[in-house]
Amino acid sequence: MLAFLVQRISQAFLVMFVISVIAFAIQDGLGDPLQEMVGMSVSEEEREAIREELGLNDSMVVQYLRFAGNALQGDLGNSYFYSKPTLEVIAEHLPATLELVIGASLIIVFLSVPIGVYAAIRPQAWLSKFFMGVSTVGISIPVFLTAIVLIQLFSIGVTVNWFPSDTGWGQWLNDFFSTEGGLPSYGRGDELTHLFGTWESGFFTGTGLMHLVLPSVSLASIMLPLFIRLIRAEMMEVLQSDYVRYARAKGLSAGRINFLHALKNTMLPVITVGGVQIGIMVAYTILTETVFQWPGVGLMFLEAITRSDIPLIVAYLMVVGLIFVVTNTLVDLIYGLVNPTVKLTGKKA
Amino acid sequence: MTTATVSRWDRFRESFFWHSFKRDKVAIVSFAVLLMMVMAAIFAPLLAPADPYDLAQINIMNSELPPVGMSGADPAFPLGTDAQGRDLLSTILYGTRVSLMIGFGAVVLQAFLGILFGLLAGYLGGKVDAILMRIADVQLSFSTLMVAIIVGAVFKASFGNLMFGEIAIYMLIFIIGVAEWPQIARTVRASVLAEKKKEYVDAAKVMGFGTRRIMFRHILPNTLSPIFVIATVQIANAIISEAALSFLGLGMPETQPSLGSLIKSGFDYIQSGSWWITLIPGLVLVVLVLVINLLGDWLRDVMNPRLYKG
Repeated sequence: MLAFLVQRISQAFLVMFVISVIAFAIQDGLGDPLQEMVGMSVSEEEREAIREELGLNDSMVVQYLRFAGNALQGDLGNSYFYSKPTLEVIAEHLPATLELVIGASLIIVFLSVPIGVYAAIRPQAWLSKFFMGVSTVGISIPVFLTAIVLIQLFSIGVTVNWFPSDTGWGQWLNDFFSTEGGLPSYGRGDELTHLFGTWESGFFTGTGLMHLVLPSVSLASIMLPLFIRLIRAEMMEVLQSDYVRYARAKGLSAGRINFLHALKNTMLPVITVGGVQIGIMVAYTILTETVFQWPGVGLMFLEAITRSDIPLIVAYLMVVGLIFVVTNTLVDLIYGLVNPTVKLTGKKA
Repeated sequence: MTTATVSRWDRFRESFFWHSFKRDKVAIVSFAVLLMMVMAAIFAPLLAPADPYDLAQINIMNSELPPVGMSGADPAFPLGTDAQGRDLLSTILYGTRVSLMIGFGAVVLQAFLGILFGLLAGYLGGKVDAILMRIADVQLSFSTLMVAIIVGAVFKASFGNLMFGEIAIYMLIFIIGVAEWPQIARTVRASVLAEKKKEYVDAAKVMGFGTRRIMFRHILPNTLSPIFVIATVQIANAIISEAALSFLGLGMPETQPSLGSLIKSGFDYIQSGSWWITLIPGLVLVVLVLVINLLGDWLRDVMNPRLYKG
């Protein structure tokens, strides 16, 4: 166990080191800090003096060590656009993204578990087939397109006049296929509750929650089919196992078998896969935040690219890299802890 | 003696592959739709009523016309026009062409990288295997889309907007190909590990063939069917990745649109009620990806030997 722990943690450090080298290379290759700091009128000698003072003439290794040393102390430079420390800028934008991810995760958990379990218990029911069909289609729809369709349906609204409106039935059918619209599709609203530090929450006001609906549903839509399929597959496997048959033979009620005994063992692999997926969601937040102009780190990153705000791009890479590495390592460690049969060292099968 | 007279076509018609295709309605419909879209994309210059790349044919007065069937439509533009007055049907035909080209190109690149690294890792084993698969693991844990976005962002920042727009199609093939090679490499490695224990590999070794010859001439042909299955699904993934990158402004420019950049440019006008500019290309994208995914599912069922025997 100790060997496994040491191996995973040292691997995490190695990956973080590689990420920092890549980030350093980007900063070094793309940004010329001098150009940002001084005007055109500064003479070549003065430039050279500033270069020397900033340490830009040192060797790459020395420069990298300085970059890494500063990064370890929480200093990743100043953003050109916001003119304040990049980590501060990220800290201001992070709560919005976190709330989006929390909202989406809640939707995923509360929908995927019942649907997945139902589809596993009654694989032949038409409702199960319907859910599985929808999830196949769902995987093929990119997240930004789901978001656009949701905006069209529930923010702008659709008025249908396919049927003759002079008959009662026609009017009813027209109304049935039309949607109201009216849900906000832009930003987080202006009534946010201040929690602590830089955390402004939208969870406690009506408008805040309304603004969360469409973005969270969009973000959830990409992961939901995956989770439904995963839970269904795991649950069906568990239902075939000996102990479930034994429980049936013993005469336990179906509800007790399905929800107490089978579900418990289904959720173990689902939670570990889920942990990794939450990290992957970060990539999709960039798309969702762009569509809804959601002021989180994804939108901030994209704006930093358009503004060529190199320090902010580099800081985002480091922070997101850290989040990925930490979640992946934790998931691996937890999996190793709860499931002792997992190959601990991952060497020599 | 009789086998010599049986043509390749006859053998194909007697194969399990063809029989299961004939039985599966979903596969037939998906294949028909995909074939139609690919044909429409290849012959776009002949089929399209207008050339969206030709600025002289565009009239700004025609902008944001709705599709036929809505009030204010012009029969010259069956699917309406976009914000610049381009015929939407033509831009979609050309856009599908660009999307398919990038999707196919990216998969060729990732198949090349994936097969090469997968073969090396699986056959040589040891340190080569450990290093290559660690890289693949790390890259996969970051999600391919994230890697593609970051590489795209760095390229865009270093080349500048204009330059990036000109070479965008090659950039996207490169970015998506490099971001997704681990998927194929893992599949190849797994089948190589199973193949290399077989007797024909020992026989080839005893006959004194070189490592390279055994890897590419003997083992590779026997690992092709799983590669084929995963490559199909990867084309769908590459098309989605391309659309996502273009939507973020890291992909095809509006002057040479793909389906993704059409959706992006239409999104700016959705609030003013012109839903067709973004939703019609969106529908085309979803149908394209869906039929490829359905064909991939079918291929996996047919080519999976475990299911075949069972």
